[in-house]
Amino acid sequence: MASSAPSEPRMAPLSGWESRFVEASESGVVELGERPFLAHVNLRLDPSNLSARARVRETLGVELPLSPNTVSDGAGHAALWLAPDEWLLVGPTGSEGEIVGSLQGALAPYHHSVLDITANRTTLELVGSRAREVLATGCGLDLHPRVFGPGRCAQTLYAKTQLVVWQIDDVPTFRLLVRPSFAPYLAEFLCDAMLEW
Amino acid sequence: MLLISCPWCGERDEVEFHYGGESHIAYPDDPEAITDDAWGEFLFVRNNPSGEFRERWLHTHGCRRWFNLLRDTSTHEIVRSYRMGESADQSSGAERESD
Repeated sequence: MASSAPSEPRMAPLSGWESRFVEASESGVVELGERPFLAHVNLRLDPSNLSARARVRETLGVELPLSPNTVSDGAGHAALWLAPDEWLLVGPTGSEGEIVGSLQGALAPYHHSVLDITANRTTLELVGSRAREVLATGCGLDLHPRVFGPGRCAQTLYAKTQLVVWQIDDVPTFRLLVRPSFAPYLAEFLCDAMLEW
Repeated sequence: MLLISCPWCGERDEVEFHYGGESHIAYPDDPEAITDDAWGEFLFVRNNPSGEFRERWLHTHGCRRWFNLLRDTSTHEIVRSYRMGESADQSSGAERESD
């Protein structure tokens, strides 16, 4: 049983919320939706190991960011800084096996850890001119564009829920990476916060 | 709420952190050789100054790193934060202007 492929399609943590999201969203002002099943791979590596970092770049086409709370993109992958020796690699849906396999091969000579954590978090996307204000309703992070812009990420709290906040563009679009068990609570809180706009 | 400067992530709300007591308490070189009193001193006895205090904090909800903070216990002024392995006197830590 354990070795057979799952016969049923996997279920998104927020499946069934689509109508709530549509109801709460205001086109062009602020919109909320789920982007489930993006490939998430956790990578731990000594940041001073130049050749190991080069291997990651050659394998995935993305440079591991060294400045805290920044993201770098490349070849369809994104690398989010989580800690001085820890990154979250995000890739297209279904690519987690390929990312883990290729990295394990490339990093074999070095002390490292590569782990598929796709099921660990789901992704909410908050988009629109008021997205920043909605996020500020429950988050103590300084979200001013001067401080937090595209290509920035942070692990923080929103309404007491642990989140990875990641701004991907100027609209602004925020990706909120949250544990599946906290996702309905977060979605409920965000839908309520969006009523104001 | 305190605004604590993590040496990696910058200024964050106090709720993201956990307190870890006084810092720079060195583990005894040879625990077998010291007296029970000295061992008790190492385990339990801490300074409790009214004024500047060096303490450890953990950025639990952020980068999950331990770091040191130089904080005034009577005014809550945070003088400086610095990474593990650095000394409070080095200027490389994240520094905050006093009000």
